[in-house]
Amino acid sequence: MVKYVVKRTILAVITIIIISAITFFTMYAVPGGPFDGEKALSPAVKAALEERYGLNDPIPVQYLNYMRKLIFEQDFGVGLKTGRNVLDTILTGMKVSAVLGLAAAAVAIVCGLVLGSVAALNRGKILDRIIVFFSTLATSAPSFVLATLLLLVFSITLRWVPAWSASNPNYILPVISLSMYPMAYITRLTKTSMLDALNQDYIRTARAKGVASYKVIFKHALRNALIPVVTYVGPMIAFIITGSMVVETIFSVGGLGQEFVSAITNRDYTMIMGTTIFLAILMVVANLITDIVYKIIDPRISFD
Amino acid sequence: MTNDMPKKNLLSSQINLGKFSPASDEEKRQQEVMSKSTTFFKDGMKKLMRNPLAVGSIVVLILLILTITIAPMIIPYGYEEINNVGGRRDRGANNLAPFTYSEAELKWMEETGESRFPHIFGTDNLGRDYFIRVIYGTRVSLVVGFFASILVMIIGVLYGSIAGYAGGKVDLIMMRICDIIYSLPDLLMVILLSVVLSETLGEAIKGTVFASLGSNMLALFIVFGLLYWVGMARLVRGQILTVKENEYVLAARTIGTRPSRILRKHILPNCLSVIIISVALQVPSAIFTESYLSFLGLGVSAPMPSLGSLANAARGALTSYPYQLVFPAVVICLIVLAFNLLGDGLRDAFDPKLRR
Repeated sequence: MVKYVVKRTILAVITIIIISAITFFTMYAVPGGPFDGEKALSPAVKAALEERYGLNDPIPVQYLNYMRKLIFEQDFGVGLKTGRNVLDTILTGMKVSAVLGLAAAAVAIVCGLVLGSVAALNRGKILDRIIVFFSTLATSAPSFVLATLLLLVFSITLRWVPAWSASNPNYILPVISLSMYPMAYITRLTKTSMLDALNQDYIRTARAKGVASYKVIFKHALRNALIPVVTYVGPMIAFIITGSMVVETIFSVGGLGQEFVSAITNRDYTMIMGTTIFLAILMVVANLITDIVYKIIDPRISFD
Repeated sequence: MTNDMPKKNLLSSQINLGKFSPASDEEKRQQEVMSKSTTFFKDGMKKLMRNPLAVGSIVVLILLILTITIAPMIIPYGYEEINNVGGRRDRGANNLAPFTYSEAELKWMEETGESRFPHIFGTDNLGRDYFIRVIYGTRVSLVVGFFASILVMIIGVLYGSIAGYAGGKVDLIMMRICDIIYSLPDLLMVILLSVVLSETLGEAIKGTVFASLGSNMLALFIVFGLLYWVGMARLVRGQILTVKENEYVLAARTIGTRPSRILRKHILPNCLSVIIISVALQVPSAIFTESYLSFLGLGVSAPMPSLGSLANAARGALTSYPYQLVFPAVVICLIVLAFNLLGDGLRDAFDPKLRR
């Protein structure tokens, strides 16, 4: 077990190093320096600026400097276009995005589990068909399509839900559009693994012993059906992070996702770099935890 | 009992032929094959055709492909052509509702007595026919989906079959590389590479065939080729590892068949169903990614439309012209839904292990 955790952690660290290197060197390949704006700077000013930001050093040295600052001083640099500290921007954005993302994840997991179990227990009946129909539909709509359609229908046409404003944040529509796809996926996952579990011998034994029906479902079937769902948590977090970029932009939530999109539109390279590395670390860590938890809760898996 | 039967010696272990009699005609008929022999492919297709959802999605996809090939021949507008009447730019033709004409067009029709092709989906904010733009957007999305999937298939199958067949150290190293690429957050890397490649490629491809594709589109394919093949490679490798253990592969090896021939003739055909299914499911995911990137402004370059960029552009005038969002949105959902259902149908039909 310890060996497995160590091995996975080392792989995760390597991944993060590779991601940071890719990010740094690809950003470096972009033509034009940060100071080639519309206004031509005088060569002396430009040289002074480049000296100040250490842009004259060889690229690998710059990379090492960047990583050293990032690790030891938590310094992600300053946004080239905004002039704000990148880490501050990320952390302010995260406050909103984390609430949104966690809410979406919770909704997806709870609703997905319930719908999937209901579908499995009512296999072949009309309720099952309806759930399967909607989950197929939900996996076919990209999150930005869903988000804009929700905004159009509920906020603009029907006026049921007010559009987002900083003073009066309303998480309903963003959470729905973010959680729909993972919810549908978890529903399908739960349904198949629940059907699998219900066919097992120990369920028949429990029923034969006269265990109450709800106990059979919750204690024996659902607990085993949960295991495959756990593996999806890591990918789901990655999906929610990337999905939140468009959803936040559509609803102008003002979280990290929206900051990232505007950094892309403005070609603010330090901001793109900082956010990519930050989000990548988040995703890698989420995957690492998912994998380890999976191994712990599933005794059938061997630790090799 | 006939006499031409050889007589059995008492202690011989020979079979006593006297105990056997020729089969009667009725018994012979039992050996006849009643139904036509079928191949794995035919059997799968028959099962696929019995699945109404899969057949429905095939019909939808064929209709879509027919529309996007035929419509540009019939409709007299171009996807980047700003509406003009009698050679002059029609300034009143912006954001027309479906099946309406601008004032200038109405006047022109009255004067000349000719009819004008209707704007089926209206026009966009620059006075371009929206129907033809959605048609071209669908073309772009489908082409990206298909070619990206084929690219992923080629790289993944090559890589996976080499790793799976070679085994040992080669396999170990190749799979470690896979693991690392697999653990990269793909969409983040796609965004990053698209940002960089769309900036840098422009100069490099100037004057070549690729220039017409646009640097963003090319960046998209490069990104797919770099990152998305990993899933396919793992799948193929796993399948090959199981197929490799079969006796017929051992037999082929003992008679000295070359490894490349064993791979082509014996192993890959047995992995074909897995490959087909995952390609069918790869198409919608490629279309998803393309529309996502176009939505972020990293997809195909203007004026070429894609479904994602059309939906993004429609966002600006959501309150006034909501149908401009609805058309591309519905088409994306339709394509993705059809491919998902087709992929599910293919899996049910061609993957014997999943049959229940």
